[in-house]
Amino acid sequence: MLALVPFVLIAAIYVIGSAERRAANPNDKLLPPVSEMADAFGRAAFEADRRNGEYVLWSDTGASLRRLGAGLAIATAIGLVFGVTIGLLPIVNAAIAPVISVICMIPPMAVLPILFIVFGLGELSKVVLIVFGIAPFMIRDLTFAVRRIPAELLIKAQSLGASTWQVAIRVVLPQIMPRLLEAVRLSLGPAFLFLIAAEAIAAENGLGYRIFLVRRYLAMDTILPYVAWITLLAFLMDYVLGKISRLAFPWAHTDGGGR
Amino acid sequence: MSALSLRNVWVEYGEQIVLERINLEVAAGSFLSVVGPSGAGKSTLLRLILGQERPTRGTIRIDGALLPAEPGPDRGVVFQRYSVFPHLSVLRNILVGFEFEQSPLLARLSGAARQDAIEKSEALMDAVGLVEHRDKYPSALSGGMQQRLAIAQALARRPKVLLLDEPFGALDPGTREQMHELIVPLWRGHKMTVLMVTHDLREAMALGTRLVAIDRVRNDPQSPARFGSSITYDLDLTRDSAVPVLGFAKRGVNGGTS
Repeated sequence: MLALVPFVLIAAIYVIGSAERRAANPNDKLLPPVSEMADAFGRAAFEADRRNGEYVLWSDTGASLRRLGAGLAIATAIGLVFGVTIGLLPIVNAAIAPVISVICMIPPMAVLPILFIVFGLGELSKVVLIVFGIAPFMIRDLTFAVRRIPAELLIKAQSLGASTWQVAIRVVLPQIMPRLLEAVRLSLGPAFLFLIAAEAIAAENGLGYRIFLVRRYLAMDTILPYVAWITLLAFLMDYVLGKISRLAFPWAHTDGGGR
Repeated sequence: MSALSLRNVWVEYGEQIVLERINLEVAAGSFLSVVGPSGAGKSTLLRLILGQERPTRGTIRIDGALLPAEPGPDRGVVFQRYSVFPHLSVLRNILVGFEFEQSPLLARLSGAARQDAIEKSEALMDAVGLVEHRDKYPSALSGGMQQRLAIAQALARRPKVLLLDEPFGALDPGTREQMHELIVPLWRGHKMTVLMVTHDLREAMALGTRLVAIDRVRNDPQSPARFGSSITYDLDLTRDSAVPVLGFAKRGVNGGTS
């Protein structure tokens, strides 16, 4: 309950500030009252667009989540495969770990023009930007997670007759799964950042596209609810991933960690 | 049951000599206790036989054949810590040994094979008294129960040699006594050769049929890494042995009283 107090406080400050500005200038667009934001958000959610008959909010949300989901899924798969092999096999580590640590340092936004040139302005370049932005972090994080597994456990598995493959799938993989989910949760923020950046620059729909489109009309009554909506989506994803981790890997949450 | 033979084994890490001139013949079925001060190389000796490390010089043979370069199912091991898989329940921790053996690709069993493996695992759980905890994760077990699970798990592949690396070092004295009473019948029943590294001389005496002490014989104060440890004492601890056992009461091993 105590956690609600700051939220209520922020809302109250906004409402008061908005009313003050309206009182001074009836045409103020900067802090629209809640009623106008609800109107704008309701129009986006429940009124079909006159040109193409789409419900703007839902088509934006769908497009953005498809890009985000594809990016996260591909980055996670890459992180898992490279993380496990680099962490487990010294020869792979020696061969590709340096190159990964250099790629990590390339600012993803700096290569966005390259991605647009190579992959075009369609869906692919946006997904690739998300992958490029978070896969190196995933690889390194999961490599460290594999290395944190006590050597005794790997030796023990070998002494029970396990091959390297069996060690990977029965000992290493299950033990880094909780960390994998944590890595995805930590990547949600950067993933949204790259998604919205890519949509702002070149897109025909999506949450980031809409915000930057209506910015031209100073349409704070649309921007603010959209930002809140994006935040809610990210928060829910984070929450659900945390729940999944606790349900699927109870052994990893015995110390009360993992929220 | 297997005989171990170490001939002129040296272990060096660069300049540092850890073990030198280790010659050791371990008869099949013996319970060898290895003692020595911290840093003397007791655990290095165990890791050599485990296959986790290679000797710099010398040969190690098991039943006359050269030791494979990697840990394998003929040599089971129980470490002091991190010996059981935290992500598997008690039953699955034991079951996984059978799964490694019978399912190379997926390491999972189904149907009759799984049922059979579960029955074998349950027999092992029974032998270490963990039947009522079969679905718990290791984090829910006490230190003693975790080590009992580690022993049962190590026995699943019926190793010829069981290596114990200070297995009871982290346990309280009462639990340690219980573990002693548990390990001796298992050693007898499974007809294994056991090599136990410990820093507890009493434990080494009480359990072993033979005790080997390793320590640095020579020491150069100018370069402490110059000389490694070698075997300083080698005692036969069986009751009919002529060697006096330093006044320690023998228990358990030969059916004696505690």
